[in-house]
Amino acid sequence: MEGEWRAAIDRPTLEYRAHVMQTMRTFLSSRGVLEVDVPALGRHAVTDPHIDSIATGDFSSEGFLQSSPEFYMKRLLASGSGDIFSLGKAFRAGETGPRHNVEFTLLEWYRVDWDEHQLMAELADLVTHLWPEVGSLTLSYGEAFEQHVQINPHTASLTQLRLAAVAQGAERWHDESRANCLDVLFNLCVEPLLPRGLVFLYDYPACQAGLSQLYQNREGQQVSRRFEVYLNNLELANGYFELTDAIEQRRRFDDDLAARIASDKPPVAQDERLLQALEAGLPSCAGVALGVDRLIMQLLEIPTIDLTMPFNWARR
Amino acid sequence: MANYSTNEFRSGLKVMFEKEPCSILENEFVKPGKGQAFSRVKLRNLKTGRVLEKTFKSGESLEAADVMDTDMQYLYNDGDFWYFMEPQTFEQHQADEKAVGEASQWLREQDVCVVTLYNGAPLSVTPPNHVDLEILETDPGLRGDTATGGTKPAILSTGAVIKVPLFLEQNEVVRVDTRTGEYLGRAKD
Repeated sequence: MEGEWRAAIDRPTLEYRAHVMQTMRTFLSSRGVLEVDVPALGRHAVTDPHIDSIATGDFSSEGFLQSSPEFYMKRLLASGSGDIFSLGKAFRAGETGPRHNVEFTLLEWYRVDWDEHQLMAELADLVTHLWPEVGSLTLSYGEAFEQHVQINPHTASLTQLRLAAVAQGAERWHDESRANCLDVLFNLCVEPLLPRGLVFLYDYPACQAGLSQLYQNREGQQVSRRFEVYLNNLELANGYFELTDAIEQRRRFDDDLAARIASDKPPVAQDERLLQALEAGLPSCAGVALGVDRLIMQLLEIPTIDLTMPFNWARR
Repeated sequence: MANYSTNEFRSGLKVMFEKEPCSILENEFVKPGKGQAFSRVKLRNLKTGRVLEKTFKSGESLEAADVMDTDMQYLYNDGDFWYFMEPQTFEQHQADEKAVGEASQWLREQDVCVVTLYNGAPLSVTPPNHVDLEILETDPGLRGDTATGGTKPAILSTGAVIKVPLFLEQNEVVRVDTRTGEYLGRAKD
């Protein structure tokens, strides 16, 4: 075995990684999007019931390593920054595996007065800069789900979703929430069958809105203006037509906290400064976060994420 | 017994699932960006050999199965049971037809096999990958025919029936791969 001190990737991979990050910066800067660097060690953790932040212990420097730059970027937008992007590190406790590394590199950007469809088109342009031959397909989450699970994810009853999950070998989902049943079904039945290339899925279920706005789609179903991007069947990016309503934002925080308590997770204090920013006025905008390591994985056909970065979780 | 949590699931780990001893073949960590983490696990039921694909919630745990692979010498078969001995302790174990299964056709007295013990009793028997067995019965050999690649059935001393090349004769000893039942060549002494 070669020494554990050594970097996990070779010079050509390092060069490609640098090329990807340089391309992102040039692409966005040339379109008038300003690079910003926000704290990686923030005062608050996200309330998201499925994202665990890493707390820093020392009382004199206590805080949380940020799971994304989202809240700071929204405070910048509310401060009048205009279009901005951040290319930096994000941290999520406990996430290690072939497609996860606790510390990872995230490209996140916001476009003022854009909607999610304009932002999806820009993301496709960016990926095409790096992979000119990539194909791209855009369809609604509902279409993709119904095609492979034969259930309408927006109108199906919770019982129907639970039974479908159990039938797929996820017996433990017999009493799970709507969002968790949809996730397990999506992962088992839809994700592996998505076409290769870029796939944009929009109009996510209302119960998985994250921090996006809700609306009624053409079929009269309540859906969220959230989208996900897949590249060769791998989840690559998540975006929103952003929620700007402070009252609704507070309600979602409360729902998150209730969900955290229900699943025995430590409660998390709400980020009052984000709420104040929304009260002061977050401009209408769309935002997206893209996993840079995963993009490199797919562009170089590297089977596991740990071989896209010089010092992965095991090699630290 | 100890419990293993999903983040400890590794290939080869023996666990109890639905009251049956299983071996974990694969464990894949899945975590949608905004969703709950879970584990997609492939397990082999050690009694039936059947492979199951199950999805567990992250942090769920399974009880460890008291399953141990032990090298043992095959002694004899009394018609009902197959007897094996641990070479160090001389302790004998009797395995029934269910445990021995397909392995019975490759068992030659004195050969060392892997006996999988579950709660101290034989659960399954894995013969050596290669065994040398005598041909009891086959059609007369076609001398010199080593080129046509034809085969014929042969009954071996353990009762197994395999395909052998046409030139082989009765009473010759052949080497067989027990995992595929394929003829590998004449046994080399």
